[in-house]
Amino acid sequence: MLPIIFVMPIVQLLILSNAATFEIKNLKIYFNDFDKSTYSNRLKSKFYQTDYFQITGESTSRKMAEAQLSRNTADIICEIPQDFEKNAVKYGLSKVFFKINAIDGMKAGLTVNYAQNILEGFISEINNELSYKLSSAIASPRPKSIRVNYSNWYNERLDYKTFMVPALLVLLVTLIGGFLSSLNIVREKEMGTIEQINVTPIKKYQFIIGKLLPFWILALFVFTIGLLCTRYIFFIPLAGSLLVLYAFAAIFVLAIMGIGLFLSSVTDTQQQAMFVFWFIVVIFILMSGLFTAIENMPVWAQNLTRINPLRYFMEVIRMVILKGSGFNEVKVHFLIITGFAIATNSIAVWRYRKKS
Amino acid sequence: MRPPIDIYGISKHYEDIIALKDISFQVNKAEIFGLIGPDGAGKTSMFRILTTLLLPDTGEAYVQGYHIVKDYKKIREIIGYMPGRFSLYQDLSVEENLSLFASIFGTTIEENYELVKEIYSQIEPFKDRRAGQLSGGMKQKLALSCALIHKPEVLFLDEPTTGVDPVSRTEFWGILKNLKAYGITILVSTPYMDEANMCDNIGLIQNGEILSIDTPGKMTQDFDRDIYAIKTKHKHKFLNTLKSYENTYSVFSFGDSIHYIDVRNNVKESELISTFSKMEFPEFNIEKIKPTVEDCFMDLMKQE
Repeated sequence: MLPIIFVMPIVQLLILSNAATFEIKNLKIYFNDFDKSTYSNRLKSKFYQTDYFQITGESTSRKMAEAQLSRNTADIICEIPQDFEKNAVKYGLSKVFFKINAIDGMKAGLTVNYAQNILEGFISEINNELSYKLSSAIASPRPKSIRVNYSNWYNERLDYKTFMVPALLVLLVTLIGGFLSSLNIVREKEMGTIEQINVTPIKKYQFIIGKLLPFWILALFVFTIGLLCTRYIFFIPLAGSLLVLYAFAAIFVLAIMGIGLFLSSVTDTQQQAMFVFWFIVVIFILMSGLFTAIENMPVWAQNLTRINPLRYFMEVIRMVILKGSGFNEVKVHFLIITGFAIATNSIAVWRYRKKS
Repeated sequence: MRPPIDIYGISKHYEDIIALKDISFQVNKAEIFGLIGPDGAGKTSMFRILTTLLLPDTGEAYVQGYHIVKDYKKIREIIGYMPGRFSLYQDLSVEENLSLFASIFGTTIEENYELVKEIYSQIEPFKDRRAGQLSGGMKQKLALSCALIHKPEVLFLDEPTTGVDPVSRTEFWGILKNLKAYGITILVSTPYMDEANMCDNIGLIQNGEILSIDTPGKMTQDFDRDIYAIKTKHKHKFLNTLKSYENTYSVFSFGDSIHYIDVRNNVKESELISTFSKMEFPEFNIEKIKPTVEDCFMDLMKQE
């Protein structure tokens, strides 16, 4: 068991951080070029030049293009209509048509984004040329284009791992702390050992502390391993204070163990406890902002995340590691998670007392 | 002064099952009291109530003068309990288990070694072995050691000999007898009627009711009917025939023989032989015997 506890987190970090990426490369694009002009060729070559797209073919048949889409050999079809170049030059207005496989909404969204970026680059290039050539001949006044410059703060190179690895640490700590504690007391029930212990003068708090303390230490130990991996395997610098991070983790683990303890006291078998814990933890994980940003959720779901302790740790760990937030910036989080820890543990102890 | 165990009218039900009905009995100091009855009779419920694990619906009970509900904390300090199911930590070693229970009670193995010596010395060679890997008899000895390590005043042993081989069982009862010398009061339950004779006093329990309380000797002495043991090769067939025989008061299988009681008092053995011989059972052996606790139990059950 012990090696599993130590090796598992590292393996999980390595696998998940590399697999769970939103960055998509080599999107397969298919062209329906009905114009076959200089402009249309230039546009195609723009797609050819990036890593994001991979050109899988070209024809003038819409049917063939759609067949590619339905066979999954293309992710996006770009249709360049007839007179694409002519309209652009003459009226300054032309159209390109994208058809995108949107089974995976996230991927489709990114595909549109990438394609639009390329298109915008192409348009500004053409605009510059045209305004230079035919500055007075254009009928409608074209707005001066606005160039957007941006720099990525806190994650300069937009490295996905920088964003994911700290969040995965939260996952690890949750699983270790919550899972083990939820199985613990119910195991004593299953084995019958609790019967013998209950007849002794041992105090309830002594028993519960005895049950929880080892897992609390274990969870923080795994957290430490995770942080070392973050630093020395993924080279993510820790911008904020280690103390704030540990203090928060310590309280967070308490809150999670409270949930585990509660489950342990209301269930009769390890199997029941395990099932209920998974059910809850999956919801917690999916609604923690690990994969889907909380801001993107519908309002009711956003409100629901308020009762999710994972959400707060997820935010704090990213803020502290990436942004270097100090205690002042996360003090509300501290307050909330302390509330959680007190609430879950009191309910668990109360429930445990009632039972015996 | 109250006797070490003092029970008045304890009742307990679980949903629609009545586990205990108005139970009252007393156990005197340094005596072995056997609660004897089949599975599901309510023995474990009685133990759990007395060890403060379960609340009774009605009734009062005192252990060493402490009330089982109001003074439960006091009781937990002075009793030793060995549940029917092996309840020690299987992944701790023998020694670790013992020192764990010693430390919970604020004592050490050395302090009370004298009391557990006789039992513990037998498993001491295996003290580094995990409790889960011990044999049934050794587990039971370890459990008893753990229940004794804090020098309890009252010892509760719930079916301690169930699932233990006959040799270890006899040995175990020997150990209990020796514990009396330390003034420990012992309440023990067992489904084995033959163990009744090892107790100072016994209570026969069935369907949550105490049928009779007495010393084993007195109980069998007071049995006023003649009992016959019949040995035959055709035991099963014979049993069925006797069940429909008009003069049968009671008949049941007992080990390798049949115990038969006639309706008529003072019926002669020779008369029975001649009657049974006519029932197409030429080969059998009939003998008048002294009643056992089991016979008393069967008789009491019949009267119910």
